[in-house]
Amino acid sequence: MKDFLFLFRANGTPTGSPDEMQAMTKRWMDWIGGIAAQNKLGDRGNRLFPSGKVVKPGNIITDGPYSEIKESIGGYSIVKADSLEEATELAKGCPALTVGGSIEVREIREM
Amino acid sequence: MKQTELIPHLFRTEYRKIVSVLYKLFGMEHIEIAEDIVSETFLSASELWGLKGLPENPTAWLYTVAKNKTRDYLKHYSIFTQKISKEIKYSAETFHETEIDLSVKNINDSQLAMIFAVCHPCNTAEAQIGLALNLLCGFGAGEIANAFLTNKEVIYKRLQRAKEKLRTEKIKIEQPSLAEIDKRLPSVLLTLYLLFNEGYYSSNQDVSLRQDLCLEAMRLTYLLIENDYTNKPAVNALFSLMCFHSSRFEARINEDGSSILYEDQDTDLWNKELIEKGEYYLNLASCGDQLSKYHLEAAIAYWHTHKEDTRQKWEHVLQLYNQLLQIEYSPIAALNRTFALAKANGKKEAIAEAEKLSLTDNHLYYTLLGNLYTDVDNAKALEHYQKALSLTNSNSDKVTIERNVQKLKVESSSIQS
Repeated sequence: MKDFLFLFRANGTPTGSPDEMQAMTKRWMDWIGGIAAQNKLGDRGNRLFPSGKVVKPGNIITDGPYSEIKESIGGYSIVKADSLEEATELAKGCPALTVGGSIEVREIREM
Repeated sequence: MKQTELIPHLFRTEYRKIVSVLYKLFGMEHIEIAEDIVSETFLSASELWGLKGLPENPTAWLYTVAKNKTRDYLKHYSIFTQKISKEIKYSAETFHETEIDLSVKNINDSQLAMIFAVCHPCNTAEAQIGLALNLLCGFGAGEIANAFLTNKEVIYKRLQRAKEKLRTEKIKIEQPSLAEIDKRLPSVLLTLYLLFNEGYYSSNQDVSLRQDLCLEAMRLTYLLIENDYTNKPAVNALFSLMCFHSSRFEARINEDGSSILYEDQDTDLWNKELIEKGEYYLNLASCGDQLSKYHLEAAIAYWHTHKEDTRQKWEHVLQLYNQLLQIEYSPIAALNRTFALAKANGKKEAIAEAEKLSLTDNHLYYTLLGNLYTDVDNAKALEHYQKALSLTNSNSDKVTIERNVQKLKVESSSIQS
């Protein structure tokens, strides 16, 4: 088994009624739970606050990554799979996909 | 209580208390001496009480005699003074004057010290459970062999090896330090959890023995609750889990020792007092910032004390299993989670998820698939049930699966006719 990083990108900040938000949380929990039930969850990972800073050469600091990247990174998880194809298959059910987000799947290369 | 009943009763309640104090006194090297002294004490009681009648306070009598026998032992065996006493706290000299402390506090402290020594991870979990029953609960090798469905010789050897390991690793019977409690408590809890499960999930037909194992596990866990240093949220959660589970003990076992499925249980037989206790300790467990698997399992067990088959209940159970699997994967949790998923989100989604589990050597996996496909695709359901039958050795599971198969066959024949 190899480790793969899931990078979740959202399309803008999530909106919706409290009920919709709650339903979304449930879908995330069910999705992650489903991966864990296959014994393929490496690390649940974390979510990221939307605001941040970007540091560039020459000590140029800008607020947030939004100006550069349309879709900001909302969080990450680590899954275990035998191949990139299998890891990609696991990513398919991710709830982010239903609201215009995307998942980047990358194999982790150990240092 | 008559004398014939009193001695076995006192043996059950007092033997372990006295012996743990003496274990701590003599150390791991000489636990047999401690056991001999306490056994002789009970032997004297059964001889003398029969002749002279019961003493006014039988427990105090036992304590006094045990103390005297210990002092005599130390006095008469000079070899002890020369070779052994260096290793124990007191020298033989001061021993004559030192009261052997059988106060409630010292008994509790000694039992706690013993729990930590016995549940030392230098031994395998299996060996730890055996040692716990032997040294903490006063079970003989024969009784433990019955519990594990094996022979006495095997258990005897296992216990000897485990004790030897504690000696070679120089495990001390002492009050664990605060840092050590934090470090070692998880492995202590795991052993108590497994001890409980040994009784609760065993296929052993001896119901009272199984119940005994559960009660012993609960008693030891309760000892940890009674001690301020070990009274942690995870301990309360584990105790709560044990209360919820054992509340169904009567309801889930037939007179012949076979099990009754949850949906067929008579809820009147559920022990309300234990359910309330479970709720009480689950509340106590809900402080601090650490969520253990015992918290989640106790919360799941809490929902199962509500028999109503509501979607809301199953949604809670599903989310608890989602969290439990993130802390620790186990095939049984994965299967139970998928069952809850079917109840909360519907069979279609659950079938798709179940097929990803591919636990193809597990008969419960095929039982689950059989259950999920029932009324969706009965031919497939039958296929899965038959696969489950071919994989299981457990008679009670076979009976349950057969019953499901019969139900399917009856339904399909009534459709055809």
